[in-house]
Amino acid sequence: MKDEINCTELENLTRFLIALGDDSVIYSHRLSEWCSNGPYLEEDIALTNVALDYTGRARLFYQYAAKLEDNGKTEDDIAYLRTEREFTNLLIHELPINDFAFTMLRQYFMDVFYCLYLQALSGSKDESLSAIATKALKESHYHLKRSEPWIKLLAQGTDESRQRILRAQAELENFTGELFLMETWEVQLVDQGIAVDRSLIQLEWERQVSAFLAESNIQFTQTQLQVSGGRCGIHTEHLGHLLSEMQYLQRTYPGMKW
Amino acid sequence: MNQEYLSTYEVFVRSARGLDHKHVGSLHAENSQQALMYARDVYTRRSEGVSIWVVEAINITASQEEDVESFIEPMDEKKYRHASHYQLPDKIDNM
Amino acid sequence: MQTVEPLLQEAEFDQKILDEQKIEPRDWMPEAYRKNLIRQMSQHAHSEVIGMQPEGNWITRAPTLRRKAVLLAKIQDEAGHGLYLYSATETLGCTRSELIEALQTGKAKYASIFNYPALTWADVGATGWLVDGAAIVNQIALQRTSYGPYARAMVRICKEESFHQRQGYEIMFALAKGSPQQKQMAQDAMNRIWWPSLMMFGPHDADSAHSSQSMKWKIKRQSNDFLRQKFIDQTIPQIKVLGLDMPDPEIRWNKKRGHYDHGEINWDEFYQVINGQGPCNHQRIKHHKRAHDEGEWVREAVRNYREKQNRRENSTMKK
Repeated sequence: MKDEINCTELENLTRFLIALGDDSVIYSHRLSEWCSNGPYLEEDIALTNVALDYTGRARLFYQYAAKLEDNGKTEDDIAYLRTEREFTNLLIHELPINDFAFTMLRQYFMDVFYCLYLQALSGSKDESLSAIATKALKESHYHLKRSEPWIKLLAQGTDESRQRILRAQAELENFTGELFLMETWEVQLVDQGIAVDRSLIQLEWERQVSAFLAESNIQFTQTQLQVSGGRCGIHTEHLGHLLSEMQYLQRTYPGMKW
Repeated sequence: MNQEYLSTYEVFVRSARGLDHKHVGSLHAENSQQALMYARDVYTRRSEGVSIWVVEAINITASQEEDVESFIEPMDEKKYRHASHYQLPDKIDNM
Repeated sequence: MQTVEPLLQEAEFDQKILDEQKIEPRDWMPEAYRKNLIRQMSQHAHSEVIGMQPEGNWITRAPTLRRKAVLLAKIQDEAGHGLYLYSATETLGCTRSELIEALQTGKAKYASIFNYPALTWADVGATGWLVDGAAIVNQIALQRTSYGPYARAMVRICKEESFHQRQGYEIMFALAKGSPQQKQMAQDAMNRIWWPSLMMFGPHDADSAHSSQSMKWKIKRQSNDFLRQKFIDQTIPQIKVLGLDMPDPEIRWNKKRGHYDHGEINWDEFYQVINGQGPCNHQRIKHHKRAHDEGEWVREAVRNYREKQNRRENSTMKK
């Protein structure tokens, strides 16, 4: 009986790590699309750094998951050999980069979220998870320092930049709520002190975001019914295209070393 | 086309505690805070620094090449400011 | 007085060059020296920036997470190097906008190698290994160039680039020791990239338009042919370690010269690509323009925001 419990616990934790890894790997993929496409060279370099931070995170989550699974699979098997229905990232990470306003506003939403979330996760009972969160938290603090002034600048810059921010907000307002939803297995991990109760962060996130946007005369909105499903592998149409690109080599030449 | 409304900032990096800040190059940014962040990503990608200064280029006052004669050269002539100017007796080889 | 002064300045300048002293931004320099530097440095900067594209073509398709991180970091370095060089070129009194415009209108050149397509993953390896390898040979020589900011940028760049070549070779090694398909991929990429890499050193010394003046001014420190030979000599053993066939059947060791002999470069192709008729010339500039144009509203927002801030500051100061 005891073994069975441990077995579910382990399964839940692995699932959780892969989900967090998926969030990071998909998001880093999107950010990496900015490389050589930034508005000027300095910003190009800065954006790439954020992409690299998320690639690093994805690897840490996957490596830990692979270690727990202990079935000979590697971080790359997890990233490159699962299908769109098996990926469990939250949808906001997979949305296309759109324009710079969309990219920065999503980044800002994420940064506020991750600062709160990782702070809480750094108190996880699972030491390895706590260590990853502590490292990632430092990165997110820096990311937020970058995204905040950009949002202010774009919201107050020109009519066009403001319109673009508002449009981005309208596109994103369907997707922010999912950041605070949990499946049963995640709730179980919360009860064990391993994961973090996302719903407890929601209020603080909304408070920070609305106060900050209000400084630029933007009213923060979220739709009543939020789109969700990422954690169950129900994605937007965008993910399939992203994966077909990302997994192209591993799929075309199965089982090879690179 | 134009990006000159971003200001040019000169970047100085202290590579380790105890060393001077050293000029490493310049970059363009909207304000000094942004310049500092860009400097981190552009000039210290391999943790080359423990501290960064950025200075807006227009705020630097520099000596002029054509002033060398009156500005720099007279300093050259005061050899007595250097230890090597003084001869020590043979019996003392270290001072 | 007016006629004597410039002559005097020129003599002083020549003396500095002769004494191996560096020329610094505020020093007097002959107009032709300045122009020559702007040409070479901006070409170098543009090469770094345009060079981001062929490899960037593979970022989203890199086969492992480690390779992806490495490639991303590498391309980010290229952007950084472009920036160091733009920043050094700006000390000669031309603006970034002018430099970018010269690139986009075709007035300024960049390394022709980037007008070839990066077709397979092996191209990423071959590019890092051969193209960066050739660039490093060039750049090591340029660390001693006579213009201070250029020399310092080169020192920085050389320090950072050694990893670029190694990561490329590592990719090639993995492929060459992999499946027959992978080995074939490596061979094919090397065969295609080999010749354009040799072209990176420029025309033969006898045919090089800017070479002799550049050497006299110590902008260039070693000749095109000398550096090309150096690159070939150091690369052949690396090909052997990979176990790939030589990309040029005429490559053989010449005991008398103490160097490898090689076949003649197709100079018609070289000039054709330089003059805009390579496979990707249009694509590369179009990409650069598109990214730049799409960034226009961002830069415009920055300008406007800044003006507003300044106005606000001024009005609070008046109070």
